[in-house]
Amino acid sequence: MIAQDFNYSTPATIEEALGLISGGEAKLLAGGMSLIPLMKLRLAAPGHVVDLSRVAGLSGISEAGGAIRVGAMMTHYEVESSALVRARCTLLAETAAMIGDVQVRNRGTMGGAVAHADPSADYPAALQALEARVTIAGAAGTRVVSVDEFFVDTFTTGLEPGEIITGIEVPVEPEGTGVSYQKMLQPASGFAIVGVAVRIRKEGGVISFARVGVTGLGSRAYRAAGVEERLAGTAGSASDIANAAAVIADGIDANSDIHASAAYRAQMARVFGARAIQAAVNRAA
Amino acid sequence: MKRQISVTINGRTRTDEVEPRLLLIHYLREVCGLTGPHIGCETSLCGACTVEFNGQAIKSCTMFAVQADGGRVTTIEGLASNGTLHPVQEAFWEEHALQCGFCTPGMIMAAKQLLDRNPAPDDPEIRHGIEGNLCRCTGYQNIVAAVRSAAAKMSA
Ligand SMILES: Cc1cc2nc3c(=O)[nH]c(=O)nc-3n(C[C@H](O)[C@H](O)[C@H](O)COP(=O)(O)OP(=O)(O)OC[C@H]3O[C@@H](n4cnc5c(N)ncnc54)[C@H](O)[C@@H]3O)c2cc1C
Ligand code: FES
Ligand code: FES
Repeated sequence: MIAQDFNYSTPATIEEALGLISGGEAKLLAGGMSLIPLMKLRLAAPGHVVDLSRVAGLSGISEAGGAIRVGAMMTHYEVESSALVRARCTLLAETAAMIGDVQVRNRGTMGGAVAHADPSADYPAALQALEARVTIAGAAGTRVVSVDEFFVDTFTTGLEPGEIITGIEVPVEPEGTGVSYQKMLQPASGFAIVGVAVRIRKEGGVISFARVGVTGLGSRAYRAAGVEERLAGTAGSASDIANAAAVIADGIDANSDIHASAAYRAQMARVFGARAIQAAVNRAA
Repeated sequence: MKRQISVTINGRTRTDEVEPRLLLIHYLREVCGLTGPHIGCETSLCGACTVEFNGQAIKSCTMFAVQADGGRVTTIEGLASNGTLHPVQEAFWEEHALQCGFCTPGMIMAAKQLLDRNPAPDDPEIRHGIEGNLCRCTGYQNIVAAVRSAAAKMSA
């Protein structure tokens, strides 16, 4: 039993859910894989919990206009096992499969993971590399923001009070793109000490497109633009990759905790970054 | 404020009044008297509390009983049918996949989930499938052997 009692609601529509959270007192509940542990620790003690599991319009995975829309309530397992995501946005499916353990993936949702903005979460690396967009519903209507704008700081996002994430949009991956997500995991939970997601395209034997997303290292997941610039136009040889990965931690105030010091994390970002780039280069056609 | 919930547990539907803050594991153990699912850590890490909710393995210490309203729960008590053990239970027995037995109810539910989705897993896939479950006794070797043996039984 959790110490503090709370009211519990199960709205059926987004409008109803928005109405329930408009006062600012209520907390949204998705898979509960982050919120319930926080409530046990009394780090969160909402007086009102609004369960999104019965809200229509937050589920489903579909493709339209060159993008794949993943409903906010889609679980990590639903993303990892979706035939559409596996075929058309492999990086996202492979990242989902590496989150936590099967029980966590059966409950935890993409919307919840994005809203929680844990600096060690896996999805944000892939979403940065994919230049994904977050769809948000609020009293004033719907808005769409890039993940780069959305992830502000540790556990801090651009979500305003009273808003609900309805879905995440990722691009359909063009044929021939090589992708990889590599993480050094914290063995007890599976969270990333550092994790690097990479997308590579080649044209005429040289890298024509590179996207690199990094999680775990800084206060928020980021795109390593310096690495991308160094990769572009090279053949993607081992020395090209080492030269690019060398700058992955530049300008980042690296996290330090009981699992890894800042210097070690930065070094592991270079190591896992190089591995992810190499794997993506190998897969690029 | 209590809420009425209706849950089908091991095939039988029951209705109870519960506080929203009651965790599913406490509902199962203290209200329903099903003490098969264990509480090892209560911090979502050990997997001893694993049960099936709507056909999926979940950690029942990280879900509120009210979230299960209208759903189906299967606990370790619900796996055997008419006195015949489920093939995963039988394999755990035959392969000596337990010592103290504390992790076993959760481990079996996780193994069942794996085999439901992947009837012929290799050893790395078995280890990946049970990574949410901790065992402090066996060293996992015989657990992996039992899951392998259950897979063979179930596809025979
Ligand atoms: C044992 C364990 C291991 C884990 N390992 C990993 C790991 O290896 N990698 C990893 O990335 N994550 C890991 N996680 C976290 C997991 O991925 C969570 O599922 C995720 O962080 C939160 O998603 P949720 O659906 O459970 O959200 P909840 O816990 O229900 O909610 C989290 C927060 O998001 C808010 N929220 C939820 N949905 C919405 C929405 N639609 N709109 C606006 N706000 C919303 C809630 O109000 C709350 O503040 C682990 C968790 C556990 C328990
Ligand atoms: S008691 Fe639920 S995971 Fe340990
Ligand atoms: S048999 Fe004792 S914890 Fe697994």
